[in-house]
Amino acid sequence: MTPDIFRILPEVVLTLVGVLVMLTDASMSPKSSRRLLGWVAALGVLAALAASLWQGTLPAGTAFYGTVQTDAFSTFFHVLICGIVLVAILLSIDTLPPDRSPEQHHVGEYFALMVFGAVGMCLLTSAVELLVVFIALEISSISTYVLAGYRKQTGKGPEAAMKYFLLGSFATAFLLYGIAMVFGATGTTEVREIATLLPAARSHLFVLLAFGLMMVGVLFKVSAAPFHVWTPDVYEGAPTPVVALMSTAPKVAAFALLIRLLYGVFPLLHPLWMPLMWVVAAVSMTVGNLAALRQQNVKRMLAYSSIAHAGYLLTAFTGSGTEPIAAVGFYTAAYAAMNVGIFALLSVVGGYDERRSSVTDYRGVLYSSPLSGGLMLLFLISLIGIPFTGGFFAKFYSFTTAMQGGAGWLVLIGLLNSGIAAAYYLRLALSMALPSAASAKAQGLSSVGAGVVLAVGIAALATLALGILPGHVLDAAHAAAQSFAAIRGF
Amino acid sequence: MHLVLFLIFAIFALAGAVNLLLQKHPINSALSLIVVMSSLAVLYLLLGAEFLAMAQIIVYAGAIMVLFTFVVMLLNEGREEKTWGSRTAKTLGFPAAAVLLAIFAATILRAGRHYGTISLSDGVTTTQELSKVLFRDLLLPFELTSVLILIAILGAVALARKDNGEA
Repeated sequence: MTPDIFRILPEVVLTLVGVLVMLTDASMSPKSSRRLLGWVAALGVLAALAASLWQGTLPAGTAFYGTVQTDAFSTFFHVLICGIVLVAILLSIDTLPPDRSPEQHHVGEYFALMVFGAVGMCLLTSAVELLVVFIALEISSISTYVLAGYRKQTGKGPEAAMKYFLLGSFATAFLLYGIAMVFGATGTTEVREIATLLPAARSHLFVLLAFGLMMVGVLFKVSAAPFHVWTPDVYEGAPTPVVALMSTAPKVAAFALLIRLLYGVFPLLHPLWMPLMWVVAAVSMTVGNLAALRQQNVKRMLAYSSIAHAGYLLTAFTGSGTEPIAAVGFYTAAYAAMNVGIFALLSVVGGYDERRSSVTDYRGVLYSSPLSGGLMLLFLISLIGIPFTGGFFAKFYSFTTAMQGGAGWLVLIGLLNSGIAAAYYLRLALSMALPSAASAKAQGLSSVGAGVVLAVGIAALATLALGILPGHVLDAAHAAAQSFAAIRGF
Repeated sequence: MHLVLFLIFAIFALAGAVNLLLQKHPINSALSLIVVMSSLAVLYLLLGAEFLAMAQIIVYAGAIMVLFTFVVMLLNEGREEKTWGSRTAKTLGFPAAAVLLAIFAATILRAGRHYGTISLSDGVTTTQELSKVLFRDLLLPFELTSVLILIAILGAVALARKDNGEA
């Protein structure tokens, strides 16, 4: 018998660390450097990561009266999310504006929000009760809304936060309405009970409406078309280290929630949601890639690219059995590694104040800082999906899964889209390789410290490891999928 | 009797919500919100959820709205500028909202024939039973809410505090 507290141990650790960061911030003298807070937060998240790994050794089971469930699935996503947050915090230690500069403010709150946000994201992957799902989603969302608006002195920061907050709350309201309707149809909010009671629900239309509403909420969070409009504006306005976090961790959690909803709550509607995922996947990657082609701003371009990647991810859902869960799990890991990596380098090369923002600003980067430029190329190659990188293997796996499910046309659309995508990634790569314009100011890098080196190193190693030796992660993803296999119909 | 009360307060709630949006002065909007909250409390009462109705009055109509009105009065914000929204909002937004409303209404009305009546207080009538649900079955969401509120406070402080270099 495992004590209940062990089932939420990573979340408990993260909450305590968040409080510790706040208290340390308050007890430090106003003049002293705040970098220490970043290291406290990073160590805390590392401890949470260890706790998540340890949770994997526990037998699967539920706790707190059936509201959370830890198994291979939750462990996989817990480790992934803790890893992303850890890298994002390490990155922020060095790339936030230096101490006592005018832009420097509320560093304590910054790190605390990142850690508290991780509580919500982690819990989202282990929650099996829709009330917990809702509160966890709110925790993760509200912390990202605030972090998105952290550059208050720029016009774009508050604009990003405001847009994200209004649209995000609207989407969450849809999800909540859906949850209320599911409760109306079945009289419970527990995932397992809903799945057993749904076939007996007397109004099929009611269930369909509930499903539709919940899908609107979740597809917004993963920024799939047609609910993607917020993405470019928010990514452009938010500080780059924050984008590294918010383009990956909340999305990973949202995909875990999507899996939970599709395979845990609505396996009954499988014939219905498979075509739906087909359409959303096709629209997302096409819209994302075509729009990315026309972008001059690098962050906006990568924002559209992340919409396209959401499309590739959703492609996997057209597969049969529980295979899609493993494919999605692996893809989220590879996507997180390369996306965190590229945004980490953007914050080093482009700077917190965005000295470089458009594609042409990156001219000559490969010569002025070969190491950063070379690593950026690595992440771009992975984003394109060239072999021996995580991006290639993830895409390959996702498309193979879709093929097995009989979605040949979708895979064709996906392959065509990958071709289009190569064009704009290569445009950035080419710009980096061109000699810098004579008029360009001498632009140095942000101060590079141990934090950045660790962050970029972890991301680069993960990207390569997932491409060359994907075995371990793949096994973990399969184990995660297995924990869903017990559900009827699969 | 129930139907009459329901109709009266449902109309109050809707009228209050519409008035909230149409009013130009923040104070008037805040007062309209009180009407909405109180009407909702009566609707809860009609459904048999006495505790929820009381909590609604005390927490929302009482505490939160008083705070709201105080803040609006302290800030003494002027009248808001009226804009007519974007063209997309008018040409696409209103029809889309109407269609959504129609779908919701149709679904709920159709489902209504299939379902019997249920009382919200179903088995949860005394404070003791309510505590059992809140502090036992739903202990985790209850505790989680404190993290949520902490984040909201933290975010509000981070976004609203002036950056004048000190503290």
